[in-house]
Amino acid sequence: MEIVLSLAIGILAASGIWLLLRPRTFQVIVGLCLLSYSVNLFIFAMGRLTLAQPPIMPKGGFIDPALYADPLPQALVLTAIVISFATTALFLVVMMASRGVTGTDHVDGKESEE
Amino acid sequence: MSAHHLIVAPILIPFVAGALMLLYDDRQRKAKVAISVGSTVALLLVAAELLVGSKGNAASGGNDIGFYLLGDWAVPFGIALVIDRLSALMLLLTALLAIPTVLYASAGWHRQGKHFHSLFQFLLMGLNGAFLTGDLFNLFVFFEVLLAASYGLLLHGSGQLRIRAGLHYIAINLAASLLFLIGVSLIYGVTGTLNMAHLARIVPTLAEADLPILHTGAALLGIAFLVKAGIWPLSFWLPTAYMAGAAPVAAMFAIMTKVGVYVILRVSMLLFGPAAAASAGFGSGVLIAGGMATVAFGLLGVLASQGLGRMTANMVLISSGTVLGVVGFALAGGGPEMLGGALYYLVSSTLATGALFLLIEPMSREEGGIAAMLALTADAYGLDEAEEDEPEVGLAIPGTLTVLGLSFGACVLALAGLPPLSGFIGKIAMLAPLLAAPGFDPLLGWAFLSLLFLAGFATLIGLVRIGIQTFWATDGSVPKVLALEIAPVLGLIALLVTLTVRAEDTLRYMQATARALHEPAIYADGVFAAPRVTEGSAAP
Repeated sequence: MEIVLSLAIGILAASGIWLLLRPRTFQVIVGLCLLSYSVNLFIFAMGRLTLAQPPIMPKGGFIDPALYADPLPQALVLTAIVISFATTALFLVVMMASRGVTGTDHVDGKESEE
Repeated sequence: MSAHHLIVAPILIPFVAGALMLLYDDRQRKAKVAISVGSTVALLLVAAELLVGSKGNAASGGNDIGFYLLGDWAVPFGIALVIDRLSALMLLLTALLAIPTVLYASAGWHRQGKHFHSLFQFLLMGLNGAFLTGDLFNLFVFFEVLLAASYGLLLHGSGQLRIRAGLHYIAINLAASLLFLIGVSLIYGVTGTLNMAHLARIVPTLAEADLPILHTGAALLGIAFLVKAGIWPLSFWLPTAYMAGAAPVAAMFAIMTKVGVYVILRVSMLLFGPAAAASAGFGSGVLIAGGMATVAFGLLGVLASQGLGRMTANMVLISSGTVLGVVGFALAGGGPEMLGGALYYLVSSTLATGALFLLIEPMSREEGGIAAMLALTADAYGLDEAEEDEPEVGLAIPGTLTVLGLSFGACVLALAGLPPLSGFIGKIAMLAPLLAAPGFDPLLGWAFLSLLFLAGFATLIGLVRIGIQTFWATDGSVPKVLALEIAPVLGLIALLVTLTVRAEDTLRYMQATARALHEPAIYADGVFAAPRVTEGSAAP
């Protein structure tokens, strides 16, 4: 499972960075989305990988914490997803404004002269 | 140790004020200005009270760590707001910069787009939250609040230049936020906590094998903040973004780089201070080198700039690079004196760059560009009819230029670090201990000193050139400047003068702050001593 997850994070991050460095705004925003997916998976992995273990403990008595998933990274991921969703939406609006004002989808607002 | 509800007020006041203003239509400007100014004045009062409180008394050794447990969880588990000398200082600086900026904006800039005052209040909320929080992830949340507000503010007034600069600014900050998250999660993976006070306790006890991961996490976190602080080579976005922003926005952005500096200072002194054993001084080399490179880059930028806007943005870089460099020296064991001087310099240069950003537009108004544009946008929006006339003040013709010129001159003195204003005192207070500090190559100290003086010299050349163009080489037409526009600038300059006259008192406060930063145990013990309101299992 570790190798699958790390490969997934790596491929997502690599594609994200490549797209982020491209000159078209659409590529940049897709790149940012892919990067944020990989970061979210990464945060999740930092709480150690567990299979089919609940993050919430039942009430009362001593419980072996090793039998439970770490709830904190899950909460962090949730927050991070919400925030990156909102900021990406904001970025999309600015992108569209830029497209409307400059008439091009190049990130510099003008086509590069070859 | 103290816990009172005042600590959460710097976050709640702008939040409530900003939300309240969303309910009003944008045409109700008088009400909005009143709420906005009221909120910032309240912030100033609260910050002053917190600052006095954080001085503590003789029993607490002059350091009082205030705290506010959100949700009343016991300390390492829940999120705590922490106020100490440094946080209180930054809160006060924010409020002092915010009041003139809001007043200036109410002279006309706030008409250029929608919801200026709400966005401004949310920016303040994010800033104050970032200064207050004692938790790394909560810091991320407040950073996003302030960034989201700053995206809106940077685009305030619209126009092609702003949209293009905004696009780059947002893309860079989104990428930096992702690095922030990676850094935070790495640190959590190693230490199992995100509470800064808890981290300060855990880091010295970490196993050797875990240190590389911790350092990687801290370095990624550092990159995210250094992007905000504008360290070279992560600073190429900064001059364009600051230049493109509307005048009051740019003035408030003067403190945004300082948020990055603040977090670097806070986290590195807590985690990698002298007590951190194997990790002590981590990153100090990068900060010194990066700080010096930033100053050099800013220096060249100042000399190369044609307009005052870009020049001032480069001065922001110089100021931020200087403080970062000194933080690096202090982290490497340079002692608290120079750090105290750097804090003084930080306050002085932030206020001075803020004042200069506010001066840009009135000074260049005679060229007709922005004044004409202001009138044009007002026409386009069709907003002007319902309003009363602006409170215009018919300053006499020589009066306008004299006031502008004197204000500009004061900014030049403060930024170039010439006596008698506070920039000079700040530089002396930083550099004298640096040269006297043992354990450094004296060459490094002298290199830093000469770089700073070169930067001051470049600032002088650049600003004097602009001053000559504006004040001596004008042909006739004198700009009409409203009293409401020049009063904030004069207020900021009065603050600089106060800072100079009361230099001994302020420096004493800064030195005590720097000493407290050198002893992370004060912070950590203070936070851990925080008692809950309801003890034990009172909660259902």
